[in-house]
Amino acid sequence: MSDRLPGFSTLAVHAGAQPDPTTGARATPIYQTTSFVFNDADHAASLFGLQAFGNIYTRIGNPTNAVLEERVAALEGGTAALAVASGHAAQVVILQQLLQPGDEFIAARKLYGGSINQFTHAFKSFGWNVVWADPDDIASFERAVTPRTKAIFIESIANPAGSITDIEAISTVARKAGVPLIVDNTLASPYLIRPIDHGADIVVHSLTKFLGGHGNSLGGIIVDAGTFDWSTGGKYPMLSEPRPEYHGIRLQETFGNFAFAIACRVLGLRDLGPALSPFNAFMILTGIETLPLRMQKHCDNAKAVAEFLAGHPAVASVSYAGLPSDKYHQLARKYAPKGAGAVFTFSLKGGYDAGVNLVSKLQLFSHLANVGDTRSLVIHPASTTHSQLDDAAKVKSGAGPDVVRLSIGIEDKEDLIADLEQALGA
Amino acid sequence: MNHDAYPDNYIRGILNSVKSIAMVGASPVNVRPSYFAFKYLAQRGYDMIPVNPGHVGKELLGKPFVASLADIDRPIDMIDIFRNSSHIMPVVEEALTLDPLPKVIWMQLGARDDAAAAKAESVGIKVVMNRCPKIEYGRLSSEISWMGVNSRTLSSKRAPAPTQGMRLSLNRMSVGGGDTAASDRAAKNKTEQS
Ligand SMILES: Cc1ncc(COP(=O)(O)O)c(C=O)c1O
Repeated sequence: MSDRLPGFSTLAVHAGAQPDPTTGARATPIYQTTSFVFNDADHAASLFGLQAFGNIYTRIGNPTNAVLEERVAALEGGTAALAVASGHAAQVVILQQLLQPGDEFIAARKLYGGSINQFTHAFKSFGWNVVWADPDDIASFERAVTPRTKAIFIESIANPAGSITDIEAISTVARKAGVPLIVDNTLASPYLIRPIDHGADIVVHSLTKFLGGHGNSLGGIIVDAGTFDWSTGGKYPMLSEPRPEYHGIRLQETFGNFAFAIACRVLGLRDLGPALSPFNAFMILTGIETLPLRMQKHCDNAKAVAEFLAGHPAVASVSYAGLPSDKYHQLARKYAPKGAGAVFTFSLKGGYDAGVNLVSKLQLFSHLANVGDTRSLVIHPASTTHSQLDDAAKVKSGAGPDVVRLSIGIEDKEDLIADLEQALGA
Repeated sequence: MNHDAYPDNYIRGILNSVKSIAMVGASPVNVRPSYFAFKYLAQRGYDMIPVNPGHVGKELLGKPFVASLADIDRPIDMIDIFRNSSHIMPVVEEALTLDPLPKVIWMQLGARDDAAAAKAESVGIKVVMNRCPKIEYGRLSSEISWMGVNSRTLSSKRAPAPTQGMRLSLNRMSVGGGDTAASDRAAKNKTEQS
């Protein structure tokens, strides 16, 4: 094959997969095994010492998971990836490579509520201190930088309100501070936005959402852009210093522009243990094959539903970057020209009670705590995903008490609108 | 050659055609990248020659160290330089005195000297800089995909099984159970009847 770059849909179907060498199986087999036989003692030693490529134990790597990893790395334009058990596990593994106790990272205030909790409470107990910044005020990121800052974390399209983050502006801050920019690309998927093209050094996904796409499997993935130099100033010892776990290997020196993904595997996944089941990897891989088709339909449906809601007398406001009147519309046109995603919020004139009433009357929309399913979903964030935040933080993160979040599926848009109409009308 | 981005076909052509590789700066310490690469390339069938004046008299995986390129007794197709950028030029200058000339000069991940590269290219030697031949071999064969690395290759062909061309082993453990009490009785009845 010549060096022409295949299109996104071709990569979504083919990248990382090849007919099985032993059986000829064309679909990627589920290698449902804990462990892999060594050729001999020398082979075993080479694998454990990171001298040879190969499989040891499914907590460190698995051939089904490897296909998923290469596929997502290819779709994001990264050098390598590591799949783990959930999006949250991916976030732990990433920051474990970057922060020592007492270090800081800057995070956008507009994030998935679960990430806000994880950063505020769980990570605090590890001595990783989050410093919040406002993605609508780039200078607030600059002001938050200190000598202990080790990373910046943002969402490309932010949960729950679907706001669009100015990735390039924040990547400039990260570059000036000499720290990597981590972008959670869950709500966009690489079909809509490829953060690496805009300056991200690490991309993270909850595969549970649009990439898997069918609401049936948890998973997370870390993509290494290969762009960051980890060797300067001993700031990232997991990558730049000799690792006692591996007889003094320096990962950056040995693995070059995919050293971060290797560190996540051999220091993070190996020792923390959140391995992805090969069965889940298979389900998610199957989902990814139709990502471009699904994502376009999700976006087209979301736009139609948002337009309907914006014109409805019971609705106070709609926050969807695909609407020309939206605050984030210009950013959406720049970063996500194919569509502004399918997760957004709206608020009802009737406030909290009207929200509860709406959710109970909907027939097609499912009331549950997830996004990025083929099915359309609805939730009231203030009482669920964002319930642990205080009222001020709820409003700041876009989840005030009168707000309802939708995740628009791939059903026929006429049916979704009819369902909302009957639920709002009565 | 644009040394910022090599077409895969350039790298593929090199790795498919060279047979002997002299590795300058090869280390006998088994956590050094040069050791990994040396071992990997030897296992893939390349004729590897370790060059390091500090280790003459010793062997690297059964291959005797030589002090310099001039001490190698056979033509070398490729010189793989495991030294940092400031030590590249003298190695290239020495390489240019060899007869026959090497076909390829390869500088390891992190190493780059554009002046040395231009000098080698002016006499028709192919140059690769800031790459690792082990990683490139692993990438183009997609073996490195086991590590979740983006090989930037696609294929709908069945990969050759690792055992292809080898004799299948007949030395599997045999287990009992082919003969049962019933089959023994049946055989006995048959002999008695005849
Ligand atoms: C944007 C975003 N990031 C991360 C996560 C966490 O992912 P997981 O549930 O797979 O741990 C979610 C889950 O809702 C999310 O929406």
